[in-house]
Amino acid sequence: MSTNLIEHPIGRPVRPQTGTLVQQFEYGLDAPICLTWELTYACNLECAHCLSSSGRRDPRELSTEQCKAVIDELQRMQVFYVNIGGGEPTIRPDFWELLEYAVDHQVGVKFSTNGVRITPERARFLAATDYVDVQISLDGATAEVNDYVRGPGSYDTALRALQNLKDAGFKEAKISVVCTRQNISQLDEFKALADRYGATLRLTRLRPSGRGADVWDELHPLPEQQRELYDWLMAHGEDVLTGDSFFHLAAFGESLPGLNLCGAGRVVCLIDPIGDVYACPFAIHDNFLAGNLLADGGFGRVWQTSPLFQDLRSPQTGGACTKCQFFDACRGGCMAAKFFTGLPLDGPDPECVQGYGEQALAGDRVIPAASQDHSKKTPTRNQPVMLQLLTRRPERPPVSACAESPLAGFDPTTL
Amino acid sequence: MDALLGEPWMISPSVALRPEPFGALAYHFGNRKLTFLKRPELVAVVQGLASAPDVRTALEHAGVPASQHAAYAAALRGLAATDMIRPRKGPDA
Repeated sequence: MSTNLIEHPIGRPVRPQTGTLVQQFEYGLDAPICLTWELTYACNLECAHCLSSSGRRDPRELSTEQCKAVIDELQRMQVFYVNIGGGEPTIRPDFWELLEYAVDHQVGVKFSTNGVRITPERARFLAATDYVDVQISLDGATAEVNDYVRGPGSYDTALRALQNLKDAGFKEAKISVVCTRQNISQLDEFKALADRYGATLRLTRLRPSGRGADVWDELHPLPEQQRELYDWLMAHGEDVLTGDSFFHLAAFGESLPGLNLCGAGRVVCLIDPIGDVYACPFAIHDNFLAGNLLADGGFGRVWQTSPLFQDLRSPQTGGACTKCQFFDACRGGCMAAKFFTGLPLDGPDPECVQGYGEQALAGDRVIPAASQDHSKKTPTRNQPVMLQLLTRRPERPPVSACAESPLAGFDPTTL
Repeated sequence: MDALLGEPWMISPSVALRPEPFGALAYHFGNRKLTFLKRPELVAVVQGLASAPDVRTALEHAGVPASQHAAYAAALRGLAATDMIRPRKGPDA
C-alpha cells in the first residue's frame, strides 16, 4: 500500500493533496461519476442533429452476455448509475432484461428514449422498478418545432410516452431538450409541458457532433439567444436540470449551478455500442477514442490506463483564453464543440459569449471528417425534412428548352 | 456544542461509499443524491459512526482534534440533510 504513495506511473501528474473539488476532478477519479453507455446505433428516428450519427445497428454491437459483464464490472467499480442511450436503446430486444440486470446489481439506470416503446404496460413496469429514471427527448414544445429536427410524428410519440408514464404513476420523468435557435423562445412552454406531466425539465446544449455537424450552423442558438437562455436558467435554475451543459455561459458573469468543468475523461466518459470508450458522449471520434473494453482488458483498465485519459487529466493549457478575464469561469468551454467546428482545442469555444468564438469561426478552419456514420443509407418516412417554405414564388414558370414558339420566354412587361 | 456529538448515528443503509484520492463519493440509492466527502478524515468518521457509541467517539477514533469537532458536526449535519447519515435508533442506541 505505501508504495502507492510514492510511485506514480511515468508521465502522470502528481495530484495535489488539497484544493477545491473541481481542481481534484481535473486530475480524474478512480471511476467515472457520469458514464454514458450507448447500447445500439439502431434507431427508429433519424434526427437531423444526432450526436452519434445513429440509424443502423452495428453488427459488432455487444451481446447480452457482454453487456452483463460490463454491468458486473461497473458494479465492482462502484459506478452507481449509468446514462443509457443510443440510437434508440429500447429497440434492442434485450433492453428490458439489461435494465433489470443493472438495477439488480446496484447500477441505477437513467435512459434516454424517444418514447417509441414506452407503452402503458412498460410504463407500469418502470413505475414499479426502483433506481430507474426515464428521459424523453423532445426538441420543440410544439410539433412544428420538434418534428422539424426529429422527424414527423416524433412529437406525438414523445407526448404519448409521457402520458403513459404519468398514468402509470411514474414520478419525475425527465423531458430532455436540446436547445436550438428554433426552440429557445419556447422555454416557458417546455416548463409548462413538464409541469403538466409531473416531469422535470432538462435542457442541454446542441453540440456540432455526429450529424449535428451538418446542421449546427442553422440550429445553434444566436448570440442574443445565449443571453436569453442564460437569464432563463438563472431565474429557473433550481427546478431545471442541465447536465452541467452550459458552463460556457458562465462567462456572462455568474456561474450556473453545477460543476462548470469539462469532465471529459476525468469524471465523464462514453461506452459506445461496440465497446469503444470515448472521452465524452459528444466526442465520438478517433481523436477521443481511449480504447475498447473487449480488446483492451475491460472498462476499468481503459478508464485507468488509457494514455488519452492520462493526458486529459493533466492540467490543460488554455491558450489565448487564459488572457480573458472570464477564463476561470468558463475554462475555455467545450472541447467537443471546438473540435467539431475545426477550432483549436486551446482556443475559445465556438459559442464563446464574449464574442471570441465568432472571430475564431470566421478564420481559417477545417471541419474534421467523421470517423463513423451509422446513418440510414436511404431516407425513410421518419426522416426530418428541414426545408423552409419559399416565401417568394417565381413570377412565371421557367421556359422549357423544347419550347418551339418564337415568343417563348418573351415578356412584354419587361420591355 | 452541537447536541449531535453526544448522539449515536450511522451511515444510511441505502448509502454506498466509493473511495477516491481526495476522500470518497457517497451515493444514496434511495434519493439518488451524490455527495463528495472531501477529506479522508471525514470518510473515516462516517464509516466509524455505526460502531461508535456516539459521534464524539467516532471523531476521536478518526483522529479529529477536539478543536475541529464543531466544524465536523456542521459537516455531518449537512450529510444528514440528504439522509447520507441518520440518527441510530434501536436496542443498541
